[in-house]
Amino acid sequence: MTISRRHLLAASSATAAAGLLSACGSNTGRSDGGSGGPALSHWYHQYGEEGTEQAVRRYAKAYGKAEVSVQWRPGDYDRQTAAALLTESGPDVFESPGPNLDQIRGKQVLDLTELIEEVKDDYNPAVLAPKTHEGRIYGIPQVIDMQLLYYRKSLLADANVEPPRTLDELVDAAKKLTTRDVKGLFLGNDAGVGALGGTPLQAAGLELVTDDGKVGFDDPAAARTLGKIRQLYADKSLLLGAPSDWSDPAAFLQGLTAMQWSGLWALPAVQKKFGDDFGVLPFPKDGAGKPSVPVGAYGAAVSAKTRDKDAAKAYVKWLWVQQAAYQEDFALSYGFHIPARTSLAQKADKLKEGAAADAVRYATESGFPSQPLLWTPRNQTTYQDALSRIIKDGANPESELKQAVRKVRAELDRVKSK
Amino acid sequence: MSDRNTQQRHRTLWFWVFVGPFALGLGVFTYIPLLWSVYLSFFDAHNTVTPDPARDFVGFDNYAQMLNDSAFTDSLLTFVVFSLFIVPATFALSLALALMVNRLRRAQAFFRSVFFLPAACSYVVAALIWKMSIFNGVRFGLANTLLGYVDADSVAWLSTTDPPWHWLVIVTVRLWLQAGFFMILFLAGLQRINPQLYEAAAVDGAKPGWQVFRHITFPQLRATSVAVTLLLVINAFQAFDEFYNLLADSRGYPPYARPPLVYLYYTALGQGQNLGLGSAGAVILAVLIAVVTIGQARWFGLGRKDA
Repeated sequence: MTISRRHLLAASSATAAAGLLSACGSNTGRSDGGSGGPALSHWYHQYGEEGTEQAVRRYAKAYGKAEVSVQWRPGDYDRQTAAALLTESGPDVFESPGPNLDQIRGKQVLDLTELIEEVKDDYNPAVLAPKTHEGRIYGIPQVIDMQLLYYRKSLLADANVEPPRTLDELVDAAKKLTTRDVKGLFLGNDAGVGALGGTPLQAAGLELVTDDGKVGFDDPAAARTLGKIRQLYADKSLLLGAPSDWSDPAAFLQGLTAMQWSGLWALPAVQKKFGDDFGVLPFPKDGAGKPSVPVGAYGAAVSAKTRDKDAAKAYVKWLWVQQAAYQEDFALSYGFHIPARTSLAQKADKLKEGAAADAVRYATESGFPSQPLLWTPRNQTTYQDALSRIIKDGANPESELKQAVRKVRAELDRVKSK
Repeated sequence: MSDRNTQQRHRTLWFWVFVGPFALGLGVFTYIPLLWSVYLSFFDAHNTVTPDPARDFVGFDNYAQMLNDSAFTDSLLTFVVFSLFIVPATFALSLALALMVNRLRRAQAFFRSVFFLPAACSYVVAALIWKMSIFNGVRFGLANTLLGYVDADSVAWLSTTDPPWHWLVIVTVRLWLQAGFFMILFLAGLQRINPQLYEAAAVDGAKPGWQVFRHITFPQLRATSVAVTLLLVINAFQAFDEFYNLLADSRGYPPYARPPLVYLYYTALGQGQNLGLGSAGAVILAVLIAVVTIGQARWFGLGRKDA
């Protein structure tokens, strides 16, 4: 026997995966119509913060025109939804960091433009743009998440280091802050490959992909900037192999690192532990660029396979466009996110002072879409592979980027040709 | 006459009662997906398993793209490197364990069980223990604590490509998990060797130890050794769990130590959802595995009668 079961399972496509999913998932959350109108299932990924699940169940229950059942899905959520959208037993409404371009192109999700037509200008353009394809909107932004640099004021003062304002200063600061037991900077266990993505390019005045679908980093400045991230690694200033990754503030809280790249969601935990002894910064600029913070948003999308399209759309509009009180509660009562509606973000008291106020300012002034719609998963793999080789293996940034540019251009051509 | 007919019918009935469910499962979960995957490999099947036969047909484009993809060819190389480490290492370790346990006069059953026990542990659980507690990169990881005693710097095991420390983690976890199982196979082989051979060797003046092992034990274990080697290579082809759990994070997988199955997983089943391209990769891989296994069987003379 030459082919193993596992091999087949992995290799032989989603027929098996989809079959399995529908087999285990006969409880898809749809029930056959209750008293309150059509049945809808609504999927969320598992949020880490306590109370979020109860909150979304409460919102769903409050909706009068359909029986909405919430599914709270732990595990690799993006892959679960990708597979479930191929089947009849997927969700009606689901939250998604996308929807991504191939899902839109494949007509797996419905056009939701009309739901937010009137209030479109109230959304931060950096989060609405990646959900817009050819002028149509496919996801309603729920909350804005952003990434930023945390630093310990006292550790920087002890080492006589100013908060870094340029990438060169960051490299120097991280080196000075590194001692035997504490590293200078934590960018993730993969040395920043995944977490940073296009952020250093943005800080150098470049980008992953331009609005009209061209490669945005075919420029000598890109190699120079990425070479500086390599410098951080070569200096041994980076924390690597921490028990939890960059998205969790644990390494920063445990004193394993003096600075950490993480998300706004970590702010309450950091504040609780360090009080005033911390500050936040955007990713520092390099050369002719400007400071940058990546912003993204989970959006509510509607599956094209839903049985009652109008009911699903009406529910999404009710929850994520009309119910301002729920949106604010969802953004700020459990985790820590910026409400997607600018009018709500400006009203929120929690975002008016201290580090939180700084963060909101960075998001408005320096926010850029962390995941442009044209940046397909294939492009991401290509770029991250190159970035990893530059940072960890010390590969020549120019030749690595040249190869990546060639591959990305081919993929962008595929995407545009359809 | 009719009696025999009834008997025949009964036998047919029972044949299907026993074989039917298995054959059905094999068909539904193995052969149909296999053939479907071959079918998909000729289509541009992004986010769909039912491409439009007229519009999406691309011929051999997916195959050409896959074979020209340096990430895929690198992954094949990764697999070769991995096999070169893991197959001889497991072979040697499990044989050594078997020889030692076989010589024990007391508590043999105890040691046999102790060495076999890791085989009962899940790859996922073991990989997580290796990653989070033994080989994590901070000062309180087990490996780094030991390094700390000799005043060496902490090593970020899984993140270091030069020297390639990540291989140490990947190889040791599999070694720990599978050595015990193959030890049992070798033990069974050792116990089948006729004791008279050893007596004859002693009479002829062979020195116990290396000489006896070299000329009696090892040649007598030939059938077991061939089976173990084949199983080890097939196991290495299937490697996915420990790689994925050791090295993947929420943003993807690093470009090093990425075996073919992990790469195809990201292409086809991950966010990529390029099922056509992934299927083409799977077919290429299946053909390679078939060729290698047939070649190996020929080379070792598997199934040939022992002379």
